[in-house]
Amino acid sequence: MASAHPEPGVAGRSRRPIAWSRLASAIPLYAIVGLSAFLMVFPFLWLISTSLKSDGEALIIPPVWIPNPILWENYQRAWEALPFGRAYLNSIYIAILVTLVQLLTCAMAAYGFARVRFWGRDVIFVLFLATLMVPFQVTLVPSFILFKQIGWVNTHLPLLVPPMLTNAFGVFLLRQFIMTLPLELEEAAVIDGANRAHLFGLITLPLIGPGLAALGIFTFLGTWNAFLGPLIFLNSSELFTVPILLNSFRGLYNTAWPLVMAASAISVIPVLVVYVTLQQYFIQGIALTGLKG
Amino acid sequence: MLSRRAKDNLVGLVFIGPQLIGMLAFVIGPMVYAIGLSLYRWDLLSPPTFVGLGNYAEMIQNETFWKVMRNTSYYTLGYMALNILTALGAALALNRIRGKVFFRTLFFMPVVTSAIAVSLIWLWMLNPQFGVVNTFLRGMGIAEPPKWFSSTAWAMPGVILMSAWWNLGYNMVILLAGLQSIPESLYEAAMLDGASRTQRFTHVTLPMLTPTLFFVVVVTFIGSFQVFDQIFIMTNGGPADATRVMVMYIYSLGFQRFDMGLAAAVAMVLFAILLVMTLVQFRLQRRWVFYG
Repeated sequence: MASAHPEPGVAGRSRRPIAWSRLASAIPLYAIVGLSAFLMVFPFLWLISTSLKSDGEALIIPPVWIPNPILWENYQRAWEALPFGRAYLNSIYIAILVTLVQLLTCAMAAYGFARVRFWGRDVIFVLFLATLMVPFQVTLVPSFILFKQIGWVNTHLPLLVPPMLTNAFGVFLLRQFIMTLPLELEEAAVIDGANRAHLFGLITLPLIGPGLAALGIFTFLGTWNAFLGPLIFLNSSELFTVPILLNSFRGLYNTAWPLVMAASAISVIPVLVVYVTLQQYFIQGIALTGLKG
Repeated sequence: MLSRRAKDNLVGLVFIGPQLIGMLAFVIGPMVYAIGLSLYRWDLLSPPTFVGLGNYAEMIQNETFWKVMRNTSYYTLGYMALNILTALGAALALNRIRGKVFFRTLFFMPVVTSAIAVSLIWLWMLNPQFGVVNTFLRGMGIAEPPKWFSSTAWAMPGVILMSAWWNLGYNMVILLAGLQSIPESLYEAAMLDGASRTQRFTHVTLPMLTPTLFFVVVVTFIGSFQVFDQIFIMTNGGPADATRVMVMYIYSLGFQRFDMGLAAAVAMVLFAILLVMTLVQFRLQRRWVFYG
């Protein structure tokens, strides 16, 4: 590396005065990072640029950066071509419901494993950890057959019920959080007459906020972006989530790239706005849940 | 009144109940079902017939199965190399500059974006005729740029390129956290001993980062073997099966050819591969659970 900065952690503590030659030698590093950042963001810029062009302008070589005229109506056309409003409502309610219920069931199980001495606890906990090794892709076919037999195919139930009740990683993560809390808090509350429900809901839950936030962000994002599950379980377009509706949009407007890009932008922009606003929580969440397999 | 022990058993069951039911109904149940299913021939319409290990025998004699295994390995190696090296480079660079948060936010942006949206963007960018990538390559003097998803040779590199871009930020953030957790005192000690920049990197940064790097390698491997979404959208396994990977194969056997038994057998192979890698991860996980 051409940078003259000291190794990580030492920067800022160096007692030497700023040397302009060292700053100057850092310029290549900034140039490389800046160029990389541009390449990382470029696909999004190109998405927006194409989404505002006419079909003909999108195919001009060399490509045009700023569309002329800017066709804002592409967004309206894309929005009206397929039931995006409906898909948004479906995605929002599924993601919120799954996230809230999953956080509750994970926190409950985590509390049970961390604080209650019940028969077979450790064996059952190991069994939970073992299920981390079974990804959704492996049980895809039997799950489909199961849901078909009980009439859940082409309903939202396969997208709601299993994730609400299964996240072994979430249980593990929250249990680690609870284990670090001092027992004295609960013991004091018991003397004051608190029961288990109080201990869980009024003492433990508020103290594992960061863990719940990290888990919640990733459950929400994973549910919001899910593709394979909705693809297999949903047939009717009024049940579609945003990703699956976008997939069928692409089938209908195969070569009308500006419209396809406008539809993609409609699905991407709200997520990116939320992400940029809350980015520090996303990053902290990764640091906490980064061990997820 | 219940005894304290009986009461604890009951309370414990109530707390873990929902997740226990979920685990039995949606993970262990289907897993056991899948093992059984892999021993039958079944198209969902006529009654299933028991074929023993027949599906497995058919699988290993099947050309497509081996092609799929090779494709999945190709994807995994290419994706891991490109993704981890670029993520490591980005983490090392970002760790040294001002405006870290700003750049980190940009690099991580693709990670939060859905598979379908990023796949459609890349389909357009890698369009052989009108895509911006090939326009750029022609401008650089390459008269015959790759035909990407229309070419058996270039489809997989295209998929790898797109996937590495998509998930670069994820591994970068983990590696950055690993870099930041290296104690300053180690660098100070190394500097007192007169270690050069290169020596500090090879003798402090790299050894201290190996647990994180190893974790990243294992998790990325496991993720690579489960790849589906972007390949399904961009190439649907084509052209000529050039990008058909394991989960795509399971999907087409199960939901297009309705060969449920064979689909389950291939799923078992996938499971075995992931099991080995997850066990490796578990064995080494204790060392970095609290690095955050």
